[in-house]
Amino acid sequence: MNWLSTIALLMAAYLSVFAEAFCSGVRQMLGAQIDLLPALMVYVGLSGGLTVLTLLAVLGGLCFDAFSANPLGISVLPLFTTGLLIYCNRELILRDQPYAQFVLGLGASAVVPFLTVLSLLGAGEQPLLGWGSLWQWLVMASGGAVLTPVCFNVFDRFNRALTYPVAAESTFRADREIKRGRS
Amino acid sequence: MFRRPHYIALSLVVLLVLIILNLPNQTATQIKLALGGLFLPLFGLTGSGQNLLEKAGNALIPRRHLLQQIDQLRAENEQWRVQAMQSAPLWQENNRLRQALAWPKQTPWQRKLGRVVLRDPANWWRTLQIDLGGRDGVVTNQPVLTADGLVGRIDQVGQRHSRVVLIGDPNCRIAALVAETRDSGMIVPASSGVLDESLVNLTYLPNRSAIKPGQKVITSGLDGIFPNGIAIGQIVDTNSVGFGLYTEARVKLSANLRHLEEVWVLFP
Repeated sequence: MNWLSTIALLMAAYLSVFAEAFCSGVRQMLGAQIDLLPALMVYVGLSGGLTVLTLLAVLGGLCFDAFSANPLGISVLPLFTTGLLIYCNRELILRDQPYAQFVLGLGASAVVPFLTVLSLLGAGEQPLLGWGSLWQWLVMASGGAVLTPVCFNVFDRFNRALTYPVAAESTFRADREIKRGRS
Repeated sequence: MFRRPHYIALSLVVLLVLIILNLPNQTATQIKLALGGLFLPLFGLTGSGQNLLEKAGNALIPRRHLLQQIDQLRAENEQWRVQAMQSAPLWQENNRLRQALAWPKQTPWQRKLGRVVLRDPANWWRTLQIDLGGRDGVVTNQPVLTADGLVGRIDQVGQRHSRVVLIGDPNCRIAALVAETRDSGMIVPASSGVLDESLVNLTYLPNRSAIKPGQKVITSGLDGIFPNGIAIGQIVDTNSVGFGLYTEARVKLSANLRHLEEVWVLFP
């Protein structure tokens, strides 16, 4: 992942946090706001390096908390741990399969709010919770699951547009060449 | 599964989070406001976009419709003027009696109109941001309302924006009373209010109160934040809680918190 892709990812996080605070259409329709940051963490966990993962979790989490009544920094650790778990197991995941992307998005979008609420309760805050929170959790997880393959599609296209295509390797090997004739 | 660089990164992030969480409240608020400042270009862009859309929409409204609206507003204005004329002597009489009894004089509310710019992206809080800030004279704990009723109070103030905690948020508790029976209690979030923003609970009401559905709930002024007499909502139903120790009532809010576009901030 080159530096342009890193900037694009951080910009996407910046814009997505603003969009979540600015657009309340989904909230009014479904009763919950969908968070794009877990979907971005899944993408970075499977495609980026540890530095990008850390940057995205810290900056995305801080921006989210800046617009929210959350204590500053409370969203950073849930995002980072989710991203790190995916990053450490990325050799085992079929990155290009939309099904795998969907399932990972579902898991990440369910785990991140759950861990954030746990952290809030641990920090002595009293978030607004009730039976309706289960519905909100379902909406957040499903929304994140749908958005994750979209994220992969958009950023993979962006990467392909900005990087040189990988040259196909020839099967020719100089050390296996059969030389005919004398000498 | 975890290698050394992973442990190092995890430790660094945990350390950073612990440092940020343990910052003094004022510093954390200032960092929040500074981070919010990074979004000012987007605020500007969305503001101009909305203005453009509004202008385009205004240009499309037919002249006949506008004239009809002007006539309607004129009629309403006349009604309000007559009502104000009728209530002026009452106001004067009230002030005279207050003076005679040495009661503190009531001053009319000063207010400023603010536009709602953002809502809390987290689903577990009920806050929003308005485009009035410290430069407009806004300070924390000022009441925020619409023409329909109370909305909440100012929680954090930046230079250009302020955060409003809405009724129904766990951090916004209001001393209230039932207008008809004068029974006082406290407005707290309703358990069913996670999805339905229009419902809150009026709790700690006396056990033998004659509260009925449809009665009005207003602020009592006992909390020292909200002046008394601001409309909050109407009683929906009541039930006895705490093994009959006190009564709790569900209240339907007068202000529509879902579709807030402009709000008034009250100044002392």
